[in-house]
Amino acid sequence: MRRAGDNPKDLLFEKTTALFAFGVLFLAVLLFALLVRESLPAIRKFGAAFLVTKTWDPVAEQFGALPFIYGTLVSSLIALLLAVPLAVGSAIFINEFAPEWLKNPVSFLSELLAAIPSVIYGLWGIFVLLPVLRDYLMKPVTSWLGWIPFFKGPVYGPSLLAAGVLLSIMIIPFILSVSREVLATVPRVQKEAVLSLGGTRWEMIRIVIGQHCIPGIFGATVLGLGRALGETMAVTMVIGNRPDVLLSIFQPGHSMAGAIANEFTEATGDLHLSALVEIGLVLFLLTFVVNLAAKWTLKTMVARASRGI
Amino acid sequence: MRKIFASWVVFACAALALSAGRPATAADSLNITGAGATFPYPLYSKWFYEYSNSHPGLKFNYQSIGSGGGVKQITAGTVDFGASDAPMTTDELAKLPGPILHIPTAIGAVAVAYNLKGIQSGLKLTPDILVDIYFGKITRWNDPRIAGINPGTKLPAADVVVSHRSDGSGTTDIFTNYLSAVSTEWRAKVGRGKSVNWPVGLGGKGNEGVAGVVKQTPGAVGYVELAYAMQNKMTVAALRNKEGNFIVPTLESTSAAAAGAAKTMPDDFRMSLVDAPGKDSYGICGLTWLLLYRDQRDEAKGKALVTFLKWALHDGQKMNAPLLYAPLPKPVVEKVDKALRQISFKGKSLY
Repeated sequence: MRRAGDNPKDLLFEKTTALFAFGVLFLAVLLFALLVRESLPAIRKFGAAFLVTKTWDPVAEQFGALPFIYGTLVSSLIALLLAVPLAVGSAIFINEFAPEWLKNPVSFLSELLAAIPSVIYGLWGIFVLLPVLRDYLMKPVTSWLGWIPFFKGPVYGPSLLAAGVLLSIMIIPFILSVSREVLATVPRVQKEAVLSLGGTRWEMIRIVIGQHCIPGIFGATVLGLGRALGETMAVTMVIGNRPDVLLSIFQPGHSMAGAIANEFTEATGDLHLSALVEIGLVLFLLTFVVNLAAKWTLKTMVARASRGI
Repeated sequence: MRKIFASWVVFACAALALSAGRPATAADSLNITGAGATFPYPLYSKWFYEYSNSHPGLKFNYQSIGSGGGVKQITAGTVDFGASDAPMTTDELAKLPGPILHIPTAIGAVAVAYNLKGIQSGLKLTPDILVDIYFGKITRWNDPRIAGINPGTKLPAADVVVSHRSDGSGTTDIFTNYLSAVSTEWRAKVGRGKSVNWPVGLGGKGNEGVAGVVKQTPGAVGYVELAYAMQNKMTVAALRNKEGNFIVPTLESTSAAAAGAAKTMPDDFRMSLVDAPGKDSYGICGLTWLLLYRDQRDEAKGKALVTFLKWALHDGQKMNAPLLYAPLPKPVVEKVDKALRQISFKGKSLY
């Protein structure tokens, strides 16, 4: 590579792009600093208890964010549990088995799913998903397995499960399309090598995915998780917006982004406002940690995978 | 390359010239800005539209950002008037740079809507039953207390699914104000506010969110603005009022509540209409206010605002009912008229 600086135009270009890059960094730092500054009153008042208490009482100015953190984590986890097998499975099918005429329509439709505004998902959730889940899944399950704490009734419809299912539909396109890209990077020779050694299609996929694609699929999963953690409108429309920590996934909950969107406009108390900003700060840190952990895991995975080949 | 640069310079100059030209045209017309409550927004936008039509050169810009936002903006002085469904609290008043006036403009009611198959509007509820439903103490629709006052109505053995607003809202303020007025237990344990710590229930965002829960969930009960309930033909409960009559929320029963409360209207109009006296009064009603400083900083704007408010109090009130807001009763209008005379610029009344 030629060093920049030989040519004034190159130098100008380099400096300009550097400026943009630092601009992005500066924005992130500024955002963080502002969140910290605005949440200081709540941090001073509640300290670490903010993260582990579950009273959210704007009248008495008692604020604990645990219900929101819990709701966000549980609904996102449910979404991942449902979306990852579905997305990876369909990625394998589309790439390896599907006839040519099916590939394009399926990938087009899945990309279309990603383009639908989240409020539309929310409306669909209220009018279609909730009644179906309530009458055909939650009610029968509670009556048979209601003794398991995770499936305890009574059943209303809006619930952690509904939010998780809706989120899973929303993140499938992301995981699917990245997984397909990852599968497509596997060198043809490797696949043929497995087959020529007498391996079955299943063995080919298992070996190829196991050796080559796991890091990429993991990355796709984290991408989906990031989207699920921050999703606001669709979640708030189906989760029930109940600031409580309930073990049963059939019970309503709340989410961090949803709490901010719901209460910010009418929060007049300084402490209330500050507590809402602190939820934003926690969400910011949570996504930061998730991404950092993902980066780190990805690095070790890639290292291991490349050793294996 | 140079050509492109030159064209940018031309473009920038043109943009500058345009932006410099704008204030000159704006000076001919008067722009009055306001922000606040979403509940009266349809009424206000109708008022502003009609009034601007008959007063060319006067423009209103109202942002319906919510009552809390309206209070914040008028406190900071970034708008010419604010609007709120909840009267400003003593704490909030203390933060103001000067005395403020609460000008009531319309009356709204909050309806208790429910979803019970085969039961039409008018299911009877008493205040204490409503409180216990929202405390989670009454969990079945065929509870003997509900059945006791609804003889002849076949109540299902369904779970009561309680629903409330999840977003901060003046509607919630009126509703919890009512619950606090009729129950000391509610006042002590939950209290009143734009958002409160609900003992039970599902939260819906906005009137449409609560209506969504109520319509989609058999056995659900929730509170929505009367106008919203009427437009969406929701089934609503009849509440027992102070005199012991069961009253369905309508424009008439809302106006009756206002008339009942008018006698005791304080001079600053910061009054709640909940649980108002009168045999035809509906219980859960509230005023909505415009907020403006008594001492205006801009004579032209202050004068225009006062003239507009005079119009709104008399001609404007005729537009209330078609838009499903109850008009202010006569004695209140007269009282507001008097209050408007206080609005002044450098000590001189603008009325």
